Parts: sequence; C-alpha cells; structure tokens
Amino acid sequence: MVRNTGYDEWLDAVADGEGYALTCPNGHASLPPRHVCPDCGVTDLSETALPSAGTVETFTVVHVGTPAFADETPYVTAIADFGSVRLTGVVRGVDPETEADDEQQTNPEPIAIGDPVEAGVERRSNGDRTLVFDPVEE
Amino acid sequence: MGTARIAGVGLTPFGSHPDRTGRDLFAEAAAAAIADAGVPRANVDALNYGNFMGSLAERQGHQAPLMAEAAGLSCPATRYEEACASAGVAVREAVRTVRSGEADVVVAGGMERMSHLETADVTAGLATAADDLLEVRSGMTFPGAYGLMARAYFDRFGGTRTDLAHVASKNHDHAIPNEYAQFRRAVSVEEALSAPPVATPLHLFDACPITDGASAVVFVSDSYAAAHDVEAPVAVSGSGQGTDRLALGDRDRLAETPAATRAAETAYGEASVEPEDVDVAEVHDCFTIAEVMATESLGLFPVGEGITAAREGATAADGAIPVNLSGGLKAKGHPVGATGGSQIVELTRLLRGDHPNSDHVPDASIGVAHNAGGSVATAVVHVLEVVA
Repeated sequence: MVRNTGYDEWLDAVADGEGYALTCPNGHASLPPRHVCPDCGVTDLSETALPSAGTVETFTVVHVGTPAFADETPYVTAIADFGSVRLTGVVRGVDPETEADDEQQTNPEPIAIGDPVEAGVERRSNGDRTLVFDPVEE
Repeated sequence: MGTARIAGVGLTPFGSHPDRTGRDLFAEAAAAAIADAGVPRANVDALNYGNFMGSLAERQGHQAPLMAEAAGLSCPATRYEEACASAGVAVREAVRTVRSGEADVVVAGGMERMSHLETADVTAGLATAADDLLEVRSGMTFPGAYGLMARAYFDRFGGTRTDLAHVASKNHDHAIPNEYAQFRRAVSVEEALSAPPVATPLHLFDACPITDGASAVVFVSDSYAAAHDVEAPVAVSGSGQGTDRLALGDRDRLAETPAATRAAETAYGEASVEPEDVDVAEVHDCFTIAEVMATESLGLFPVGEGITAAREGATAADGAIPVNLSGGLKAKGHPVGATGGSQIVELTRLLRGDHPNSDHVPDASIGVAHNAGGSVATAVVHVLEVVA
C-alpha cells in the first residue's frame, strides 16, 4: 500500500495510543497532513497529545454503504470530540441493528451522544486503514 | 457594476434516463434555453458548464468542449466542479462575467448522469465530495453526513422524524404539476415515516433520488438586451459564495451551515434586500434536514426554528414563504451537476409567471436560490428579482 505522508504517521500514532493534533501558537488545532494552520496560516505547528478518550458528539447508523463498506452495513459512523479536534470513525463493539422505536430515533440506540470512546485503527480488506472508536466501559 | 439578466431557461425532464448520454441531455437543455432567449448561438461569448462525477460515471473528463459542441456553441467553454454546487458556481461566474462587461451573453448550466450506475457506485461517487482521509475511510457517505447533522440538530435544537417527513411530503405535493419532476406523486407523512432507514435518523423519503438531467440558463447584459430587444424581465441582483472546511468534523458547528449563511449575507447585501423581502425560495434539500438548515442560513427562520416550518405549513405553496415549489431535490430530482442551474430555471419561471406553480405566488418579485456542495463545504446563493 502507498502511504499518505503525514496522515499514515498520524494513524500509526493513534494505533499506538499516542494520537495527537497539530497546534499553532494561536491555539488552533487541526489534523494532519498540513503545512499551515487552516485558521490563521501560521506554519509553526507542533504535535499536542490528544486525550485518551473523546465523547460522541453525533452518530449515524449507515444502511447503504460504498462498495468498500457494502458487506459491513449496517455500521455506526460517529464524530467524537477530543477537546481540541474532532475525529470521525466507525464505532465498534455496539449493536448497529438496534432499531429505535421513537420519533427521535434515539431510544434505544447503539450508542448515545456524550458517551466516551477511545480511538483505534483497523486494517480493512481493501488495504485501507480505518479510524475506529471503542466505547469506554464506565 | 452592470446587471446580469436572464433571457432564457431550459431543462430536460429530470428522472431515470439510463440510456441517454450526457451530451444528449445537455444539448436538449441548452437548445431549450437558447430558444427561450431568442439569442443567436453566434452571439454566445462563453459556456460555463457544471458537472461533478462525469469522469466516474461516463468515463468522460474534459466535458466542457464536448458540451459546447453538443449545444452548437463556438466559444470558450469551462467546466466548474464544486460537487453538488457545480452548476451554482457556473451560474455565479456567468453573472460576474456579464456584470463586469467582459461578456454580453453567457450560457451557464450543468448535467449529471447517474442512474445507469449501481447504487453502491453512486454512493461511492457522491462520497468523493467528502474528505477521503478523514471521512470516507471512516465509512462516511453522502446520506451519512446528513444523518450526522440531523442527529446533531435534534440534540441541539429538538425536532423529530415527523418534522422532517413533513418536508418530504410538502415537496412531493409541489412536484405534482411540474412536468420536469422525477416524482410527480404525493407522499404522506405516514409513508415517509415507515420507509426503510438509509443513515439514521434519515430514511428513504428523507433523501433525494438518483437522477439524470440537465439545465441551462442564458444570461445577457443590460446593454445587449436593450440593443437586441431581448425580453429578460428577471435579473440576478445578488450573488454570494461561501466555503467551509471540507470535513464535517472540522466545522465550528455541526447543526448549522455557516458557508451558506455567509453566501446569503453577500447575496442579500449586493441586492440590498432582507430575508423578509423574499417571496419564494428554491433551496438545496438533498435531504430533508438540509432544507431546514438552508432556510435558517437564508434567514427565513431563526436558527433552530426552521425544523417545524413545513409541519406548520409556513413553507408550503400557500404558506408565508413557499420553499421548493419545484418539488425540490427531493421530488423533482437531483442530477448533481445540473441542480444549481435548475433552481435558477424554476425561480425564473415562478417570477415570470409561466411556472405551473406560479399561481401560488402571483405577486412574487424577489426569489432566492440556495445551492450546496457536499455537507455544505461550498454554498452558493443567488437573489433573483423582477426588474421590468
């Protein structure tokens, strides 16, 4: 597999439990690969460790997927808040088949907004790597 | 600054036309627009053509020269690509070119051909509007992005699937008299609620269909219209564009669309109009929640309050501010690269009085069009006004 410089090193770090954000002196954070801060254009970016867990900000149960994910549907994609940045990943260890029965589509649900998750990395059958979230047992 | 007037508009019927080539579709829409304008093809100074995924769908890149020849135009031709806002930016650049005096006649529009592909391949094609590294590899799809936004909206502002079902039902009602619409049939709130899930909380009837079609608009300058006695009673009085971070997770807010808010502010400012002056709107309802967020960005409803507008009838044909009298992307269809031009076509007809739903807005003089790309990393807003 051809590596994507910057991004794949970052995934390696996430896989090792050492995920980071790129932070500029003005306090803006973003994800690699990046030459400049997208908020202010400063080039002096440094790696700042991410907390071990983030919290689910929103999620969706995907029932119609791309060919790369077609044999995995339904699955849960979530956006989780890790303080300075948000990560987008597939939630593992939950039951995506949980069918909500109320108008809000929230009860019961495979995971809830506000739930803590840890980030990890999975290798996919097509060779790509996917950022994944595992719920943290509270 | 000059004025860009709309001299002619044209569409193909929107729907499933798997056997029709892209060049065939665009030729039809362009011919209709040119005939409507009564402008000689030889006078066209430029073609601005919108298309998103032709390289994937038809194995055809470099489409602008192809479409110029298909339309019988011998002029510089350029393809514009901003995902689902491709035709919107093509229109915007036509407006700017005509206003600047650099051109007197510009044709803008677009085309998308999708229905001959398998659904999974369409899903993959549309997903290329998202960030490949940060989103698509995490299972993000086009419906998935809006599912994430819908759940974030419900969490922050409230709202229910029933509220969204009313958006779908309203737009299907609007599409019934529209001969260009893909789905000219009513869909009840109950039918929408019982449809299978696509990307929760969004279900099948929250989503626009897979559509083939093309759109074209002929823009002329004031001086050209006067010199050649061209009837062009509707003008673009405001044009705005906004850009946001490509990945949804990198945005300031997940339940709002700031790029569209900024585009609207620019367009309203140029036109010297306020949201309350708007008589009719065509917005980018690729998913029901998208209509809600669009109407809020346009200032038609306060942020967090647009969710109940359809349920309360405010955005229906006889409501205070009719939204998507064409049927919207939901029922009229969404040939991605054509939609931004199609919205201008529909609004022009509504303001001219020759649209099948014109009777609902007999006194309308100001319309607004809202076209968005991806999960609204790109937004284009145009204000149209009856000038004479």
